[in-house]
Amino acid sequence: MRRKGVSYAKYGYIFSLPFILVFLVFSLYPILYTAVIGFTDMKGLIPKPIHIMDNPFQNFKDLLFDNASFQQSLLNTGLLWIINFIPQIILALLLTAWFTNKRLNLKGTGAFKVLLYMPNIITASTIAVLFSTLFAYPMGPVNSLFHALGWSDSPINFLQDKMTARGIVGFIQFWMWYGNTMIVLVAGVLGINPALFEAASIDGANGFQTFFRVTLPSLRTIMLYTLITSMIGGLQMFDIPQLFITPAGGPDNATLTTSVFIYGQAFKGSYMYNKAAAASMIMFVIAAVLSALLFYLMRDRDASKLKKQMKKQKKAAKAAARGA
Amino acid sequence: MAKLQRNAPVSHGINKTIIYIVCIFLALLSILPFWIMFVNATRSTPEIQSGLSLLPSTHLKTNWDVLTSKSFDPLKGFFNSLIISGFSTACAVYFSSLTAYGLVVYNWKWRQPFFTFIMCVMMVPAQASAIGFYQFMYQLHWTNSFLPLILPAIASPAMVFFMRQYLLGALSLEIVEAARIDGSGEFSTFNRIIMPIMVPAIATQAIFAFVASWNNLFMPLILLTQKEKYTLPIMVSLLRGDIYKTEFGSIYLGLALTALPLFVIYFLLSRYIIAGVALGGVKE
Repeated sequence: MRRKGVSYAKYGYIFSLPFILVFLVFSLYPILYTAVIGFTDMKGLIPKPIHIMDNPFQNFKDLLFDNASFQQSLLNTGLLWIINFIPQIILALLLTAWFTNKRLNLKGTGAFKVLLYMPNIITASTIAVLFSTLFAYPMGPVNSLFHALGWSDSPINFLQDKMTARGIVGFIQFWMWYGNTMIVLVAGVLGINPALFEAASIDGANGFQTFFRVTLPSLRTIMLYTLITSMIGGLQMFDIPQLFITPAGGPDNATLTTSVFIYGQAFKGSYMYNKAAAASMIMFVIAAVLSALLFYLMRDRDASKLKKQMKKQKKAAKAAARGA
Repeated sequence: MAKLQRNAPVSHGINKTIIYIVCIFLALLSILPFWIMFVNATRSTPEIQSGLSLLPSTHLKTNWDVLTSKSFDPLKGFFNSLIISGFSTACAVYFSSLTAYGLVVYNWKWRQPFFTFIMCVMMVPAQASAIGFYQFMYQLHWTNSFLPLILPAIASPAMVFFMRQYLLGALSLEIVEAARIDGSGEFSTFNRIIMPIMVPAIATQAIFAFVASWNNLFMPLILLTQKEKYTLPIMVSLLRGDIYKTEFGSIYLGLALTALPLFVIYFLLSRYIIAGVALGGVKE
């Protein structure tokens, strides 16, 4: 990759230019603009000139300390993420253990993977409306099923109860994502050095021991990756809670997530762009902290050390070449 | 977890049966909601309300007539979604490949900082910039235009990252050198020689980019307010409103129509999609 001439270097800039330009215009500028709006009193349908408030942090203060729905939305986002991620990772690990166990030698794992991953590819909005129709009150497929099985005496109004509404939104997220997590984890296991498993088997480890002593520790990095990308994804949870229950937010704001809150503040008739922008920035900061954590945990310590050494050597070689 | 403990050699037969039952249950759980959706799309509302059935009925035509007699125009939505997803995917794969090639082949001063920067912005959530983006587009009079949903795809950090990984493994610089000796310009080398080498990576990334754009609700919902510009995910939200309140057959049909193209794509390409997911973290 090291060229002798420098004449081609300019193409590096030229080829990256479209990316850089589009990023500056459509990503960086809107983020900075959003940040600025967060400090202003921008409200109403017609955009007004930027006017920073006397106390620039007023919007943030209002949201974090006085706005019950925003606080509730942060809480819900966390809660919905937890109730979908914990069963998701447990089931994904269990399936991974099964699908990669050579002694079990399961048939049809390919077909199972295809079917279990399927909900992930279907439009989330479609799934949200589909589930809300399936759980319809008083006569929907789920209520019919419960009635037929004798599980309920009278129809249950799933969408108007805080617990069931939250539970179903959490379930949909779980149902959409556990297949994805499982495939990533299976790929991770296939990447583990087979010698490790052979050694474990020679030492007489059973399936249980092999999984907890060999597989899980080797999956550490990939699990961290899954955890944090899922957190950042969960932070943005929008389609399902937005469309599952109308009006969005559900009973007593039980399914109001931060993204739904932002959308509602800015685009649902109240045009509180400043509040929405401040909420976006709070979300951005949380995502940034999580990303930073991811990079810190995932950094390959040995590789970065090696790189530094290589750089030093290269510099030394260059200096030597110049000297000579 | 208890089941794992029993993985000891003796009772393998029983264990395997339990595992198959769990897997089949989960597979049914994936299929059933969609199965009910497709079946109910062919049943009349009274039939649907009288109970669950797993066999189709004969009211597809009636449901279609009711569905399209109101504000739901699935064909319009389909074409709008197709235009946006098609062009944004094309932009994303071409320019991401170009950027990745620039990062791998040329040795420029800002190469490493630029790559680090791409890694850093890979996870910025769309919602973080939505308000500023909307205001900016409003000032440009670009709301209700497809451009703000297509052009930003040119800068897709995650895709540049994957394309770079692929190029590092698949490209030998001798090819580039040979092309130069033959007098090929840098751009035509990229377009004629490098792009064909990258086809496997481009295909995988294109599927995911297309599906992500097709399924996107947040940005189109903010930017598109005219009915004739709606994409399919926004149209789905119409089914949730009052106009179809009791027309369950039509609601299911509308949902089925929005999901159908994805089922076709998925069953044609599932092998590549699963392989792509396994390649690592294709998360939105």
